[in-house]
Amino acid sequence: MLHIENLHVKIGEREVLNGIDLHIKEGETFILFGPNGSGKTSLLMTLMGFGNYTVTEGKIVFKGQDITAATTYERARLGLGMSFQRPPTIHGLPVRQMLKLIARGRDVDLEGMARQVNFHQFLERDVNAGFSGGEIKRSEILQLMAQKPSLVLFDEPESGVDLENMALIGRTVRELIENGRTPEPGHSMKELRARRQTSGLIITHTGYILDYITADRGQVLYNGHLCCEDSPRRILEHIRQYGYKECVRCLRVPAGLADAPQE
Amino acid sequence: MDKVDLSQFQFEGLEAQHLSDLRSLDEHDRERLLMSGVDVSELGRSGSFLHMDHAEAYCNTKNEGVEIMDIKDALKKYDGLPEYFWKLVDKDKDDYTRKANEVLQGGYFIRTRPGAKIKEPVQSCLFIKSQKAGQSVHNIVIVEEDSELHIITGCAVSRDTQSSAHIGISEFFVKKNAKLTFTMVHNWGENVSVVPRSAGVIEEGGVFQNNYVLLKPVKYLQMYPTLTLAGRGAVARFNSVMVAPKGSHIDSGNRIILNAPDTRGEIISRTISTGGTIIARGDIQAYAVPARGHLECKGLILGGGVIHAIPELKGAAEGVELSHEAAVGKIAQEEIEYLMARGLDEEEATSTIVRGFLNVDIMGLPAKLKESIDRTIEESQKDMF
Repeated sequence: MLHIENLHVKIGEREVLNGIDLHIKEGETFILFGPNGSGKTSLLMTLMGFGNYTVTEGKIVFKGQDITAATTYERARLGLGMSFQRPPTIHGLPVRQMLKLIARGRDVDLEGMARQVNFHQFLERDVNAGFSGGEIKRSEILQLMAQKPSLVLFDEPESGVDLENMALIGRTVRELIENGRTPEPGHSMKELRARRQTSGLIITHTGYILDYITADRGQVLYNGHLCCEDSPRRILEHIRQYGYKECVRCLRVPAGLADAPQE
Repeated sequence: MDKVDLSQFQFEGLEAQHLSDLRSLDEHDRERLLMSGVDVSELGRSGSFLHMDHAEAYCNTKNEGVEIMDIKDALKKYDGLPEYFWKLVDKDKDDYTRKANEVLQGGYFIRTRPGAKIKEPVQSCLFIKSQKAGQSVHNIVIVEEDSELHIITGCAVSRDTQSSAHIGISEFFVKKNAKLTFTMVHNWGENVSVVPRSAGVIEEGGVFQNNYVLLKPVKYLQMYPTLTLAGRGAVARFNSVMVAPKGSHIDSGNRIILNAPDTRGEIISRTISTGGTIIARGDIQAYAVPARGHLECKGLILGGGVIHAIPELKGAAEGVELSHEAAVGKIAQEEIEYLMARGLDEEEATSTIVRGFLNVDIMGLPAKLKESIDRTIEESQKDMF
């Protein structure tokens, strides 16, 4: 689904990513950890192709196509979808109209989708105008539901969300990524899982989202480098206990030894 | 920008023939009217008025709750309208008002019956068809107590009209608990100079919603309509949308005077320059409390030009609440990228943002007029990017 090879990225003169390699398979959900300023958001922004992020080396291949030089909308139409953490307000554009534009003529049940994220009462409001943290998340998820991406990039689904809303957001993110699969007669969950097409790349600080979704793999981004691949739950526990300082040590260990037990 | 030299235009002798049906206009003129919100089939309208060049050409009332006639007939019928005619606009204000006082070609007189809620809009059009025509009209609108009215007025020139000038005096009287929505759509031409002189007074509990749309070129437009809230609880709102392509010079303001307690005023203007000049003025003055006013003028420069925003506030009593917000800038790259991340290409993204910026939706216009305005915005976007 997504192959990132030796990706180097600059914002202006400052290098923010130095040599990222990352593969995400079809249907796989990948969790990205890392302290503030480590380059997580830059990675997502680069994948989406935003202007300020200049790829100086390496490439991004999505669904077999090299999209390193593709425009943002080409990537979106190819199936990359991103949930913004701080999206801008679009004055004079109601959510309903935005959803229609996103659906690009496809027949979608706007009302039904909006009800699913408890957002139907916001359809006539201008996109992001005066939305609270939780409302922004629900609006972003709703827009992604209309977009139907095959890889969802999610920047901190839990930020600015109260506990009550967290459950709703967790469930709908699962819905979005796992396509609401429940066991069916005649098919095992394993088979259904294999049929699942949507992948996810999710940034999290708190890990609350892990209570709701099945995350396959995780890794820590530190100072523009990826390190410490493990199961997301184990990474989370480790960071909770020791912080990110362990990642610094891990990066110092010569390649090849990095996978060896540290204790 | 020099003033309009009135001696260049002919103010007499171009009396249009009376029309028995608006549909008898030729295709191009019908099209121009439609763009200005005037539907020649008159469907969904309570009445129509058309003034062409120097005289009234058509007048029709479909609703007995509203009286529509040429101002000259009204002056005859009502003994010169002593309470209304030249009562809000000073006839010695400038050369244009003096000219209008000297030469009265016509204009509309529209008055509701007390208590009449006129659901369908009345449409009116001041149309210039001849070359070098100087148009001078005087309009009076009276919305009697407890009544409601929406007037859509389109001003336009014929497709082939080159140079012309328009002077329009308008005086509005919104009586106790009455409501007037006045929507003006201008479709002038690049050699047309326009100097409307408008004022209104709103009595206790009255509401005046004024919408103004100018998307087409105009050589010179200068106006500063003023609404005075004279009675407790009166409300006035101005919503303006203006686009100035290269060659257009627009000097347009809105003024609200809060002269009674519990009054509210709001002025919102959205302007885009695509090479022309816009001076966007706004003025709210408060002389009574409690009184609230908000002024918002925002401009985008897309493809050159000048936008000069001049918001003014004057509080003359302790306790007034007045605020303003002005901005002149460009489309934020962040907004374009946000929409592109959802699959809109750059052109779709920018046109979506521009349409949202102009935000004609808040005017609450009939669907057909809204469509026509949307289409015009789309066409004018060719100059923007």
